[in-house]
Amino acid sequence: MSHASTYKPQTAIERWLDKRLPIVRFSDDFMNFPTPKNLNYWWTFGAILVVCLVIQIITGVVLAMHYTPHKDLAFDSIEHIMRDVNYGWLMRYVHANGAAMFFLAVYIHMFRGLYYGSYKEPRELNWILGVVIFLLMMATAFMGYVLPWGQMSFWAATVITNFFTAFPIIGEPIKTLLLGGPAVDNATLNRFFSLHYLLPFAIFGVVVLHIWAFHTSGNNNPTGVDVKDVKKDTVPFHPYYTVKDGFAIAVFMLLFAAFVFFNPNGMGHPDNYIPANPLVTPAHIVPEWYFLPFYAILRAITFDIGPVSSKLCGVLAMFGSIAVLFVLPWLDTSKVRSMRYRPVAQLWFVLFVVACLALGFFGGKPAEGWYVLGSQIATAYYFAFFLIILPLLGLFEKAKPQPKSIADSVLKKAPASSVGAIAQPAE
Amino acid sequence: MSASDDTHQGEPTRRDFIHLFAGATAAVGAAGVAVPLVHQMNPDASVLALSTKDVDLSALEVGQAIKVFWQGKPVFIRRRTAEEIAQSEETPIGALKDKQARNANIAGKADAEDDNRVINPQYIVVVGVCTHLGCVPLGTAQGEVRGDFGGWFCPCHGSHYDNSGRIRKGPAPENLAVPPYQFTSDTAIRIG
Repeated sequence: MSHASTYKPQTAIERWLDKRLPIVRFSDDFMNFPTPKNLNYWWTFGAILVVCLVIQIITGVVLAMHYTPHKDLAFDSIEHIMRDVNYGWLMRYVHANGAAMFFLAVYIHMFRGLYYGSYKEPRELNWILGVVIFLLMMATAFMGYVLPWGQMSFWAATVITNFFTAFPIIGEPIKTLLLGGPAVDNATLNRFFSLHYLLPFAIFGVVVLHIWAFHTSGNNNPTGVDVKDVKKDTVPFHPYYTVKDGFAIAVFMLLFAAFVFFNPNGMGHPDNYIPANPLVTPAHIVPEWYFLPFYAILRAITFDIGPVSSKLCGVLAMFGSIAVLFVLPWLDTSKVRSMRYRPVAQLWFVLFVVACLALGFFGGKPAEGWYVLGSQIATAYYFAFFLIILPLLGLFEKAKPQPKSIADSVLKKAPASSVGAIAQPAE
Repeated sequence: MSASDDTHQGEPTRRDFIHLFAGATAAVGAAGVAVPLVHQMNPDASVLALSTKDVDLSALEVGQAIKVFWQGKPVFIRRRTAEEIAQSEETPIGALKDKQARNANIAGKADAEDDNRVINPQYIVVVGVCTHLGCVPLGTAQGEVRGDFGGWFCPCHGSHYDNSGRIRKGPAPENLAVPPYQFTSDTAIRIG
């Protein structure tokens, strides 16, 4: 923690503990962390995500007590959970919808980071750790989706592991290694279960690093202006943000519960209630909604580029769409963190959100007609935003003046023009 | 000990030796551990044991097709009509998207003409896995869509295969693979 400890052990036990394992001091410092006083509700999604992770781990451990990872028994054991196990239906619906809510929250969290420039110096590593968490989440969600061993489970596993065959020479051996056989089978189900149980704890570990990182650099805030005076610009995390986060979590839980109790299969596919059949492919294979934008990028590349086949190009574009996030801190050249003071960037950002939603829409449609063209345009914009627009905007955009400090912005004092001028060429 | 080391500057000391020895042992040990840890994920003996499959074709009528299960994958066997054979044989190589035979029974590369795709032209035997992203194409069971070229059609992303299992239209990059097989009698084959 970057701030000086204010903890003073009060009792004999605390003093005893403080010399041996200062865990109370750690917790005290953690809860008193000086946090910018102007954080808005977009900042509550970090806490919401922690809650999501904990819910997934608890319900997941419970489900694993009743689930059987064998190709002949997996599907039946899921039905057993749904019908026989006490509250099994609740645990499974919370776990399945919890994955979707987790992704909803993480996407909002990422868009927030993008808008307010939370990836910029000195928070580059913080952002990169976040992308690592996102990747781990995708791997975990995918493998979890395979476990019920329904038709969608089986064919999702087949299609996704086939991505690797796009790579010449090494592709086929990698696929065989991942599957443990020539096709998706019992060996695949077994290892996916093992890894699905393991990865959430890896996510937990990276989350600790993610939090550690911004407890070192300090939180970003809606103005993007650094904390100048801890007394004037910040408040202790507890009780100010435990309450704000708590309220946001409660509202988020309303939405979560609405899905679990009123439309538990609304985000799922009916085909996954048909047991896996390696001889029959469902007519329309679609991933879960939270993967649709990436699926759309995969399918958008319908043409060969030079000697590279369209299949490999599609796979590279899909991996590239996430890889580009890793270098985002160095692609954005603007010195102004928050887009609140970047009127032109704001417009491109809104377009970017629209492009992501459009990709999600096209990913759920069959790859034909104008859907293909639409997904190609959206894919082109997705990459252009990171590779062309953000690098150039920082050079040409004239930013609005930023407030002198967080306290000034809260008190709505007139902005200091000298601060805003940092990002502008000399006039 | 250390005092005498100082006098031998540039020459390896006993401590250098211990460093090198420990480092090298750790590196070899890590590699030795990595091999079994990674290789355990590859197909095990019970999976490899299921590598051949005998199929009796005597009940297969002209124009009919069946699906058999081999190595966890479907294999399509179609007994083609005379028309279908003629159609496949007359297709010029230039009309094909993938010009390679993809036939495991032919060593090296060969053109994708119909002759190189079959052993007995009456029977076309292909692995029923779309070369795009691994779906099972339709067209084997009666009444299923067979695509624009009368062979197979993959519903996932719209790849059309002809009666020789060759890709003709759609995103799939390669022809359907011909598995290794041999005729054990006039009407029986062994796949694998």
